[in-house]
Amino acid sequence: MKPSINFDELIKEDSIHHSVYSDPIIFELEMERIFGKTWLMLGHESQIPQPGDFMTTDMARQSVIVSRSENGEIHALFNRCTHRGALLTIETKGHAPTFTCPYHGWTYKTSGDLHFVPKPSGYGENNQEKFAQLGLSKLPSLATYRGFIFASFSSEVESLDSFLGPMKSSFDDLVDRSPEGGIEIAGGVFKHAYDGNWKLVLENHLDGVHPNYVHISSVMAARNQTKDATAVPSSGNYSDIAVRQMLQNGAPDHVWEDLGMWTTDQGHGYMGDYHNDSRLVVGMNHPDFKSYKDQLVSRVGLTQAERILSVTRWNSIIYPNVSFMSQFRQLRIVHPISVDRTVVYTYNVKLKGAPESMFRDTVAFSNVVNGTASWVLTDDLEVYGRVQKGLAMANPEWIDISRGLGTDIEEGEHVLRGGTGTSEVFVRRQFSAWLKYMKEESSTQKIK
Amino acid sequence: MMQDSPMTDIQQFLFHEARLLDAQKFEAWLDLYSSDCIYWVPLELHQQDGVHTSSIIYDDKTLMEIRIRQYAHARAHARNPLPRTVHSISNLLLEKAQDGSYQVFSNLMVAEYRQEVLRTWFGTVEHTLHPHGQSFKIQKKRINLINSEAELDGISILF
Repeated sequence: MKPSINFDELIKEDSIHHSVYSDPIIFELEMERIFGKTWLMLGHESQIPQPGDFMTTDMARQSVIVSRSENGEIHALFNRCTHRGALLTIETKGHAPTFTCPYHGWTYKTSGDLHFVPKPSGYGENNQEKFAQLGLSKLPSLATYRGFIFASFSSEVESLDSFLGPMKSSFDDLVDRSPEGGIEIAGGVFKHAYDGNWKLVLENHLDGVHPNYVHISSVMAARNQTKDATAVPSSGNYSDIAVRQMLQNGAPDHVWEDLGMWTTDQGHGYMGDYHNDSRLVVGMNHPDFKSYKDQLVSRVGLTQAERILSVTRWNSIIYPNVSFMSQFRQLRIVHPISVDRTVVYTYNVKLKGAPESMFRDTVAFSNVVNGTASWVLTDDLEVYGRVQKGLAMANPEWIDISRGLGTDIEEGEHVLRGGTGTSEVFVRRQFSAWLKYMKEESSTQKIK
Repeated sequence: MMQDSPMTDIQQFLFHEARLLDAQKFEAWLDLYSSDCIYWVPLELHQQDGVHTSSIIYDDKTLMEIRIRQYAHARAHARNPLPRTVHSISNLLLEKAQDGSYQVFSNLMVAEYRQEVLRTWFGTVEHTLHPHGQSFKIQKKRINLINSEAELDGISILF
């Protein structure tokens, strides 16, 4: 397949051609040139804490085993028997000393090395040499930052350090909040699906204009609740966090306008936090956070603790497959399925050493915002579906991404800050990264 | 079957709950629940509680009220129009507890139709019912969807 698409003609400074969201040929090229080339997050080390632990995930629609071998090392292996090609495991996570193929019993160590082959004499006298070459295929690049595991289909990918660049500070912001300096993935995973392109969710997560339109029904439902004197949310009720969060989505225009919005030339970005309810912002002085703060202070000292908690970021995007946040400790990994189908895995993050109440807040937040039947996410998913249907049409051919264009401010070599919090600078920057990736021919054949 | 079994009454009560949902009479539906109720659709098989693990739905009465109020909002995009549903209940089993409440186990099938799409749901359900006047109040309802851990599109119905 050698499609002759001139990508420069699809991406303008202030507008994007609709086919970028709706053309299956472009989608296949995205899988090859973006997802097939750059760093993708697979998960976190805490999901495979012990030697022999493994999990499976998808990278660009290919099944990958992430395992921890006997020596504690982490491996990213293609979930495919080197003999006749069957998936080795259909478990999403587990613990096993070896992986045995269900078809003919070829067995691999957790490092991927071939361990056992039935009827080895059938392969002649020098079979050991042959078998040494038949370990599981490995992802060519693997690296971690603060425990988060990334891999790439390319052996020539830039260093993870350089890829993340200024976004490392968002991971630091998350992990440094743990009184033990570590986090773990816990408390279940929502796998929510929508009939829309993968880019829609990454754009949505930095969008401060949509809450007052997409989420207005949950804002109003929660507002009317607080008028009922018997049901004013009070700290300690289970519903407290949910109601407060829905209310905050109705923040007035000036709040969104005044937010910080930072983007990097890799397409990454983060937005400032819009919350002003002290029960939702750890850095404010709500008494419910006192024991947590005391624990953090006892580990890092008062000055450091205050510095850590003074950071107020909402979502951070690592382009092209991650969205996460420290305030409510959520991680989402984006899995493109087809040009108009996407699945997002949403995880809770637990701060090691923090009081249990902190994780209860995380779970309550995930139920109201990220839950498959929640008040908030369901409206996002519905709108993604409607956007996708609209973008399949060619009248008009272009969508507009110009809000704030010309007002963006350079902050150092790699960072562009929106002139206001509602600048569409994050969409423009995601597409400048997109264009850079798409114009480069793929150096790897594996993704084809 | 016990001679004094209220099976018929309880079966009628569950059918009534299903009918209110299918008729979209949500305020009458909510009245079937006690003020300290929990309406729970766990995310995981054998999930122990609603505070250490996320749930598809884990609502107290306050959140149930907000949920049905959202239904009525003109700009509730995922819920306007609301899906049409048919709830079917079978395989009832009854256990009476020491405190006079009943634990009711049933199987549930729900058909859901919205915007040209028909979806089906299957699960096991556990109701905790307390006698209340001539009827009952639901203190807890737990719906175990057989595909709760699957990749799921947004859900805007009640089970």
